[in-house]
Amino acid sequence: MTQYLLSVHGSVDDETPTDEVVQQMYADVGRFNDKVREAGKWVFAGGLEPITTATTVDATGERPTVTDGPYSEAKEFLGGFWVIEAADLDEALQWAKEGSAACGGPVEVRPFNPA
Amino acid sequence: MGSEDTSPVLGADAVATVVRAEYGRVVAGLIRRFGDIQLAEDALGEAIVIALERWPRDGVPPNPAGWLTTTASRKALDHLRRERVRDEKYAEAAMLTDDTPPEPTGPVKDDRLRLIFTCCHPALAEPARVALTLRLLGGLTVAEIASAFLVPETTMAQRITRAKAKIATARIPYRVPGPDDVADRLDAVLAVLYLVHNEGYLSRGGESADREDLALEAIRLTRALRSLAGDIGSPPEVDGLLALMLLSQARRPARIDDAGRLVTLDEQDRARWDTGLIDEGHALVRECLRRGAPGPYQIQAAIQAVHTDARDVSLTDWGQVVALYDQLLRLRPSPVVALNRAVALAELDGPQVALAVVDELELTAYAPWHATRADLLRRLGRDDDAGRAYAAAIATTPNPAERAWLASRRDRLGHGWGEGPGTP
Repeated sequence: MTQYLLSVHGSVDDETPTDEVVQQMYADVGRFNDKVREAGKWVFAGGLEPITTATTVDATGERPTVTDGPYSEAKEFLGGFWVIEAADLDEALQWAKEGSAACGGPVEVRPFNPA
Repeated sequence: MGSEDTSPVLGADAVATVVRAEYGRVVAGLIRRFGDIQLAEDALGEAIVIALERWPRDGVPPNPAGWLTTTASRKALDHLRRERVRDEKYAEAAMLTDDTPPEPTGPVKDDRLRLIFTCCHPALAEPARVALTLRLLGGLTVAEIASAFLVPETTMAQRITRAKAKIATARIPYRVPGPDDVADRLDAVLAVLYLVHNEGYLSRGGESADREDLALEAIRLTRALRSLAGDIGSPPEVDGLLALMLLSQARRPARIDDAGRLVTLDEQDRARWDTGLIDEGHALVRECLRRGAPGPYQIQAAIQAVHTDARDVSLTDWGQVVALYDQLLRLRPSPVVALNRAVALAELDGPQVALAVVDELELTAYAPWHATRADLLRRLGRDDDAGRAYAAAIATTPNPAERAWLASRRDRLGHGWGEGPGTP
């Protein structure tokens, strides 16, 4: 078994969804999460607060700095993620397809380094 | 492995041919056994070095694939023994130790089928899929693949290395996809074989007009896929692709003249076509029609079948060709298909009608679009416009044989040469 990160990416250009859409998404993601747990593939998952709440810390210089805002100025940002167990990439991609349909966003799949 | 039971001694070139023919199934078996593409390739590479040294001297063993598998397996086990960090894999592989020669059927076939699905996995970029397929299943060297696709060898080596690393770290599985995915995944495999064949049919560069080795390699792999497909049911599109390749290959002796110049379909000496390949291609097309599940490759094969059915260009059933292009356009709308349809339409309804269709297509970066326009303008007696269109076509194509052919067409303007469709 390998652990995979299934990350959901949003864009600042995305339109704000209606309450109805948001409620539906919560319900769909809840059902998907249950399915992952029942299959014994669940490690961890979570949705993140908006990118405007991000703070960046950099302790690589002489003195640590704390800055308001995301690390990257890119338009795309991490919105949430799952960490799952899967036998191989095909299984991880299958979960990602269902996860993407549930949360209504594209999902990036990356294996964790086992070391 | 003694020399007493070997076949007659062959030259180094013949030995290299044997090695290439066996490469795919041997490496596929090694990958299954050791679960590591790099290790399998390295071990087989060492076995091949020994084969190239011994076989020309002692003769090729009766079962070259078995010999290569046994020798490479020993090399792989040596590697694993030396690399103690791989203790676990060594234990696994040692348990699977099996020195019996591979059977010509059964699991050996499955190994190659598994490998082609791994090489053509959608998680790999298409250029990487093509390169990996040629490297692992076709047994081509990195240098050969790099030269076929006009990229520096280091770039191609990097592309292949990166793809293999992704297969290992992201754990792209080594198996035939399940029934839910197999149709989509097979499409990806066919697309790779089609690309390899196209590159062979009209190379983008180099000195020669085509790369016959690539075209033949694509045919060989498609034949292998078709014989393997028994396990997953042979889809008609596999037969369609094979027929398309065979009917293109059949025309090769007439497509390029003794000076290496391209000869267009209308001017080809049809007596030089390979009737054996045509018969095989036509039989496949008839079988596809009988099954009644048309797809893009089958339709393109059917178009080739109409052309190769005509003993003289004047006997071509252009109405049938246009109808098939209409069907293809409905399945796969594309300006290139529309252009090819227009070439046939010119024969059916005349150059004026065809030119109106061609001028609507947005293909100014595509040399055949300029060449088709040039030919239609020439046939309408608009030699000045035709000359400009030929110049545009020459400026757009990277293929030297095609450039030479276009220049000769342009030079003929105003001399009243024969009529005919204008693309090679």
